[in-house]
Amino acid sequence: MKDIREDIAWAKINQDVMKSLENPRKIYWVILFFAVLMFAVGIGCEVYQYQVGMGVANLDNPHVWGLYIATFIFWIGMSHSGTLLSAILHLMHADWRKPIYRFAEAMTTFSLMTAGLFVMVHLGRLWQFYYAVPYPNERWVWPNFQSPLLWDAMAIFTYLSSSVLFLFVGMIPDLAIARDNLQSGWRKKLYTLLALGWEGTDRQWRNFRVTYLTIACFLIPLAVSVHSIVASDFGMSQQPGWHVTSFPPYFVAGALYSGCAAIITLFIILRYVFKFEEYMTLPILKKIVRLTFAIAMVWTYLNCVEFASVWYSHDGVSKDLLIQKMTGPYAPFWWAMIFCGSVVPFVFAIKRFQTHIPVLFATSLLLNLGMWLERWMIVAPTFSHGYYPWTWDHDQWPSMIQWGIVFGSFGWFTLLFMVFCKVFPSVSMYEVKEMVYHRTLHLKKNEIGETAEQGAH
Amino acid sequence: MSKRHLLALYGNFDEAEAVVQELRNTSIKGFDVNEDMIVKSPIEHPEVEKFLGDKPVYVQWFTLIGALLGGSLGFLGISSAQANFFMQMKGGKPIVPLPPNFVLTYELFILGGVYITVLGFLICAGLPAKRSPLYNAKVSVDNIGILVKGDESVISTLKAIFTKHKALEIQEEAGK
Repeated sequence: MKDIREDIAWAKINQDVMKSLENPRKIYWVILFFAVLMFAVGIGCEVYQYQVGMGVANLDNPHVWGLYIATFIFWIGMSHSGTLLSAILHLMHADWRKPIYRFAEAMTTFSLMTAGLFVMVHLGRLWQFYYAVPYPNERWVWPNFQSPLLWDAMAIFTYLSSSVLFLFVGMIPDLAIARDNLQSGWRKKLYTLLALGWEGTDRQWRNFRVTYLTIACFLIPLAVSVHSIVASDFGMSQQPGWHVTSFPPYFVAGALYSGCAAIITLFIILRYVFKFEEYMTLPILKKIVRLTFAIAMVWTYLNCVEFASVWYSHDGVSKDLLIQKMTGPYAPFWWAMIFCGSVVPFVFAIKRFQTHIPVLFATSLLLNLGMWLERWMIVAPTFSHGYYPWTWDHDQWPSMIQWGIVFGSFGWFTLLFMVFCKVFPSVSMYEVKEMVYHRTLHLKKNEIGETAEQGAH
Repeated sequence: MSKRHLLALYGNFDEAEAVVQELRNTSIKGFDVNEDMIVKSPIEHPEVEKFLGDKPVYVQWFTLIGALLGGSLGFLGISSAQANFFMQMKGGKPIVPLPPNFVLTYELFILGGVYITVLGFLICAGLPAKRSPLYNAKVSVDNIGILVKGDESVISTLKAIFTKHKALEIQEEAGK
């Protein structure tokens, strides 16, 4: 099966993608409406928490992080696959990335923006965020540069701004196409401004190629460092369940995993909503599904490594915590995590499901549920079964305010993502043209080769 | 003598390459193929670079400078802040601890590299740019454009070459 048809006219590619900006299916507006509604719930909960205090979130010692930091890690993880996969596949010249990388990169950007909110939300006093920012001040008080929390802030800022630049630079030729395809209106003005006068000259393309490649090279180690640093937030503490050597690779694998699952979900949604069936094809989906399955197995392996190293160690407290996770009050969620993260992905191993849209959609949602539970199971059980016996009867169930803010974050992400896809081309037009062009060349070469061979006989 | 612009559109890269080769091989007084010709294409196409000949790209130098500046200024900034942070009890530990600072230096190395690469791209690609004298939106669809400028005296020769290679369309800048 072909990733894309090689006989699609280039003009049609422009038309189809430009049409998606003006004329999506009606379900787009339904999704947008629910996203706004969910976001409003989140805002309402945050305003209430801000007015009344952190008590309404049911956060108290020892549970000081709750769902906020668990969801923060979830969104950071979600951000991982977009830009990282796009950069890796770009370096590997994997053509099938071309129709899907734009929305994956947008996913990265908006996930990071959502994750950043949780850092503020969990502070309670939002205005005190500036204490974390390193700037010369008259009190001579600096943030602690030795703390992984500060590394985290720096890494996320670097990743977010670099991802935005990567997304923007990669979009300039498409913005010029959009500019040229419109006669007037606010879109024309916006695209004209953002296209920076791009005309596709040889000088522009030459510099574009080197720039894009260079940023891709930077983004790969950056993305790995971001989630390793998030892992250090936990791994560098002495807490049982967190002080584990394998945490950085475990976090990176988990991030890639949840990101890939999210790409499958969004792929299916965009393909239907924006009528991208010709570009977001089933063979491409199949490739992502296989990749996700491979990453799921890596994640499962790293889980086993973590459990085994705790089980066979002489660290009694960590071992108790592991038993507590399996049998204690968090057991249903822990086993749900194992089921969703390690068992459900076997659906992807069955060939006939690899292109079965409803099954893939449901499976990808389950995988992400599993990955969200994973983050919650990292944060909460350690707080309720730490070194101090007084914590052992302090199991905590998050309040509705916490759930509401987490719920709202999904609305915020969906809102940003859907607005982006309506304003900017979510399929890269010039790269799909390149893909079609390369396929045509390849076919021509094969035909010439076959003719020459027949002639020789 | 004032120079005029001419834009020819072609339907594929082979035709455009043939035109460029002919422009290279034909010595036309008042027209320098390296200075007076721009090829515009709807896709990134390495073959265009091949038939246009080697032209240097300097973006990587910006990258190098940006990354080194980002890393070194970052390290210096953090270290000087630590050296000034008298309120923090060090208890015999180093005032400027290298391993944790390495993490931040690494992030700032990348940050500087990416930012200055993008700046370098804008400078080297000449962006933001004004619209060139002759522009055709078909270049952003599927046509390859060859924009040339030359003295009044050579315009007809250039036009003849374009016509010979079956240009889909030829646009000419109005005479001044």
